[in-house]
Amino acid sequence: MSQAIAVHNATKSYGDKTVLRGVDFSVEAGTVTVILGPSGSGKSTLLRAINHLEKLDEGFVSLNGELIGVRVKGTRLKELRPKDILRQRAKIGFVFQNFNLFPHLTILENVTEAPISHGVKAAEARENARALLARVGLSEKEADYPRQLSGGQQQRVAIARALALDPDVILFDEPTSALDPELVGEVLAVIRTLAGSGKTLIVVTHEIGFAREVADRVVFMDEGAIIEEGTPDQVLTRPAHPRTQDFLSKVLA
Amino acid sequence: MTALAQRPTDAQPPGTLPDGIDAHRLSERRVVPLRHPLRWVITGLVLVLLLNFAQTLFTNPSWEWEKVGVWFFSPPILKGLQLTIIATAISTVVSFFGGIVVALARLSGNPVLTTLSSFYIWLFRSVPLLLVLVFLFNLGNLYPEIGVGIPFGPQFTVNTVATLTPLALGVIGLSLSEIAYSAEVVRSGLLAVDQGQHEAADALGIPKHRQFTRIVLPQALRSIVPAYVNQIIGLIKASSLLYYVSLLDLFGIAQNLGSTYPTDVIPLLVVATIWYLILTSVIAIVQYYIERFYARGSVRVLPPTPLQRLRKALGWNRAKVSAA
Ligand SMILES: Nc1ncnc2c1ncn2[C@@H]1O[C@H](COP(=O)(O)OP(=O)(O)OP(=O)(O)O)[C@@H](O)[C@H]1O
Ligand SMILES: [Mg+2]
Repeated sequence: MSQAIAVHNATKSYGDKTVLRGVDFSVEAGTVTVILGPSGSGKSTLLRAINHLEKLDEGFVSLNGELIGVRVKGTRLKELRPKDILRQRAKIGFVFQNFNLFPHLTILENVTEAPISHGVKAAEARENARALLARVGLSEKEADYPRQLSGGQQQRVAIARALALDPDVILFDEPTSALDPELVGEVLAVIRTLAGSGKTLIVVTHEIGFAREVADRVVFMDEGAIIEEGTPDQVLTRPAHPRTQDFLSKVLA
Repeated sequence: MTALAQRPTDAQPPGTLPDGIDAHRLSERRVVPLRHPLRWVITGLVLVLLLNFAQTLFTNPSWEWEKVGVWFFSPPILKGLQLTIIATAISTVVSFFGGIVVALARLSGNPVLTTLSSFYIWLFRSVPLLLVLVFLFNLGNLYPEIGVGIPFGPQFTVNTVATLTPLALGVIGLSLSEIAYSAEVVRSGLLAVDQGQHEAADALGIPKHRQFTRIVLPQALRSIVPAYVNQIIGLIKASSLLYYVSLLDLFGIAQNLGSTYPTDVIPLLVVATIWYLILTSVIAIVQYYIERFYARGSVRVLPPTPLQRLRKALGWNRAKVSAA
């Protein structure tokens, strides 16, 4: 299998606070990677660096061999123009903790907005959006507005929206953390159907059960570095590092 | 301690159940709402004063209502009204788009643009509109010719007085000052849009200009519209300052006619007042529908329009019509 995402020496500070300390990590195409770690360990920053929502101070990210957000100039990396970065992002979907649906657009328009802005014909975008809404079980809601939906339904729309550009990789930043416990299951079920569909998924979550069941790899981060990674069994059942053990005992308590 | 014990009923909070009351029967009786006697007294007083004033409208002959009727649709008044509407309408549109440009410049993060737009806003919010107008009407003295060109290179110029009509100057003056205010209205509206909306649009790779027109501006307009309508209403009234640079707007005409027909001063002022009231009311109605449009998605169910409410009150809903 080939590498879909490769992160090299990702380094980032805010002022004198170092948030990422030279993170190296890679993800094979078509697999599911779950990132775990305590609050403030840099999980969101790493995820956001992958689609260049966050700029790295040093290091780079590549998707299928193409550098994201930067290009090589001489012996250095130089940032791309916003236009080119926006084009690259079409290949990377992102699902936010707070959904961030567009409240003034209907559910259908939320899903068609990005494809239409990338030049897909409106009728084709709508047809594709309807198929995606059916896939997340929300066909009958297409004319509603986001605020008329429950949190779980909104997050499913957000997943359909991310799928609409047919990205190679989808990044999920705590997709169920803003949901009431009884709504978590429906969103995880949708993500589960994406696993094994050929898409590469990277999921930041605190849902250990989900990680154990769906993840191909689990990565544990603390203080801006990856301290342990491996199969779910290795990291979740027999963690080697004391900080992983400590974290798991707290989360599972 | 003993003092409290001696007056048990006084010491108890108002919600306490008295001893020996039948709680079941109590719970079955209708709750008596709190009365507000003072509100009724004040309402009564206001009504008496209002009726007193209303009476003078009919009994005081100085109002001269029949003259109000004569002047209301007279050609000079309508011409003044037309000028007020044209000057306000053009300035409204120009200053809305100008306001967006200045606001975007101020938010751009480019130090030159930010400084320039802040300077513009500072300047035109500080100088009275009347002063701006009088300045512009003396522009011909200051710059007999105006134009653009490369510094010290070829120039394209025109004669100031011949090119710029008084109306054009008036509209420019109103717009220049209005842009400064609308830029701030637009800027606060743009800042009110959640950062997550920008991130979501970025993450979807939506091009920047489309992010602005499709995602950010429509959401910003929800808070921009009410504030901007306030500005437009201010602008209608500010347009009466055009009178001081010899443009005859609604107020100017009423004023002029008043000096020609001194006995009709009061009815003429009444005519102007009623026209201003009509203009503002029309704008308020339009505002209602625009706000309703931009509220879509932000409330779960849109409130009915006044028309829908009227229909419902009359009992004509669609179901009945179609059943009939
Ligand atoms: N814009 C910012 N400015 C300053 N510090 C920031 C900024 N964004 C994040 N940080 C800091 O960077 C650190 C890592 O943040 P990050 O959001 O990546 O953590 P996280 O692992 O996602 O945590 P959580 O589980 O709470 O979401 C935190 O200590 C946070 O305070
Ligand atoms: Mg986070």
